[in-house]
Amino acid sequence: MNAVIENLPRFIEAFGMTLWLLATSGVCALIIGTVIAAMRISPVPSLNVFASVYTELLRNTPLTLVLFFCAFVLPQLGSRLPYEWAAFIGLTLYTSPFVAEALRSGINGVAVGQAEAARSLGLGFMQSTTLIIFPQAFRMVIPPLINVLIALTKNTSVAGGFFVFELFSAAKELANANGNAVIAILLAVAAFYLVVTIPLGILSAHLEKKLAVQR
Amino acid sequence: MSASVLFDTPGPRTRRRSRIASVIVVVLIAAGLAWVVYTLAQPRDSSGITLPGYFDASRWDIFVLAELWVRIGGGLLATLQAAAVAAAMALVIGVLFAMLRTSVHAAVRIPATIVLEFFRGMPVLLMMLFILLVASTGAFWAVVLALGVYNGAIIGESLRAGLAALPRGQREAGLSLGLTRLQTKTFIEFPQAFRQMLPVIIAQLVVLLKDTSLGYIVGYNELIRTTMNNLGSSVGNRYLFSLFLVTLVIYLAVNLSLSAVARRVARRRSPGKILAKDQITPTASISALGAPTRNPEDRTTE
Repeated sequence: MNAVIENLPRFIEAFGMTLWLLATSGVCALIIGTVIAAMRISPVPSLNVFASVYTELLRNTPLTLVLFFCAFVLPQLGSRLPYEWAAFIGLTLYTSPFVAEALRSGINGVAVGQAEAARSLGLGFMQSTTLIIFPQAFRMVIPPLINVLIALTKNTSVAGGFFVFELFSAAKELANANGNAVIAILLAVAAFYLVVTIPLGILSAHLEKKLAVQR
Repeated sequence: MSASVLFDTPGPRTRRRSRIASVIVVVLIAAGLAWVVYTLAQPRDSSGITLPGYFDASRWDIFVLAELWVRIGGGLLATLQAAAVAAAMALVIGVLFAMLRTSVHAAVRIPATIVLEFFRGMPVLLMMLFILLVASTGAFWAVVLALGVYNGAIIGESLRAGLAALPRGQREAGLSLGLTRLQTKTFIEFPQAFRQMLPVIIAQLVVLLKDTSLGYIVGYNELIRTTMNNLGSSVGNRYLFSLFLVTLVIYLAVNLSLSAVARRVARRRSPGKILAKDQITPTASISALGAPTRNPEDRTTE
């Protein structure tokens, strides 16, 4: 326990990096994922194909390989980004197709009668999607989107294997330095992760229940 | 496309416009790809020495060696081995967790819930490190045990959802035939819940396979570590990009074929639903039944 208290500043520093990765790549993945989802439902076939190829490729590549690409292969290609930004790019790329898929399944979940009603009132593609479909789909995708963010929180730990000092690398470093308090240190790190993931999980379950009643 | 209710069957003018847009997009993407390939293929100067481009024969000549492919095959085998053992373990743990979490005794249910939430909220990588340092089992078992427990917790949750979705009559029928609660659960409810959730479980197993790559970080010689670290250092850094592309292709081939199996099982599970088309080419159509999408991958946890 002493080892944990002594190293608290180190933990906080690492936790800050984890939160930074979560916030920046979370926001960017939401933006890119929305664009990809919009491409996927758009009437232009080549955009559809591009979006589904993007989704399938990234979803079936292990995160480790994506981050490996950003940390080792990109510098070979001439990038001079620090490892934090490499990890940010990797996590954003990896998370965006999951966001897109969550959005798409939300859109698929809107009752078909809604779209038919909008169309029969004479609304066009843009009007029916922005005024009728998206507002309803948005409510339904919030719980799955939160789940994507929970997964992202856990995935930031992989960045620790690629020279970013966040919670996982803090766990590794401090566990090596304090051989007699390994369990306490690892549990403390787990607690930092749980502080983020469990409230998000509760929020997601709560919203899911609340929105389900109103349907 | 005409199946979509979001827009009308396009008339001649819209069709022309969308064709033009399509062509523009294709040209843009092709130009982007061509630019990337061209840039990669250029020889580059690095501190006085001119290195050949990334598609130069001198960066790919190692791939004719049979020995190299044997080592890559070994890495792939190690990945599949870890995935297979962890998958079996995850299924057993998942069933166990689902049993405990749906128990009628609060003394069993509540601790099971807490343990489950703990495992679900923690990164797998941290769990691997924990097992590696505390139990000092060696890298293989660290990878396998962590993946087994973590994915077991997730499969347990989906089995529980499957149990909860069963009609109440199934359980009541079992009980009224004189089966005990445990017998009802094991012989009546579980087989149905399992079949119901099979697509989700298979999709989760694909996630598990992808996650074996975390072995790279904790020191298990799986595919990425074999190709990138071990081979990369023995054949030299200039083959790194080529090795990366080969590894990527292998992973995509394995994962895409497993995902295809998951989708096929999902389609077989829901006969008579018109959604099957929507799963193969998820186009613009809002699903015809207004039901949530049937794509099992949407319900997995990375």
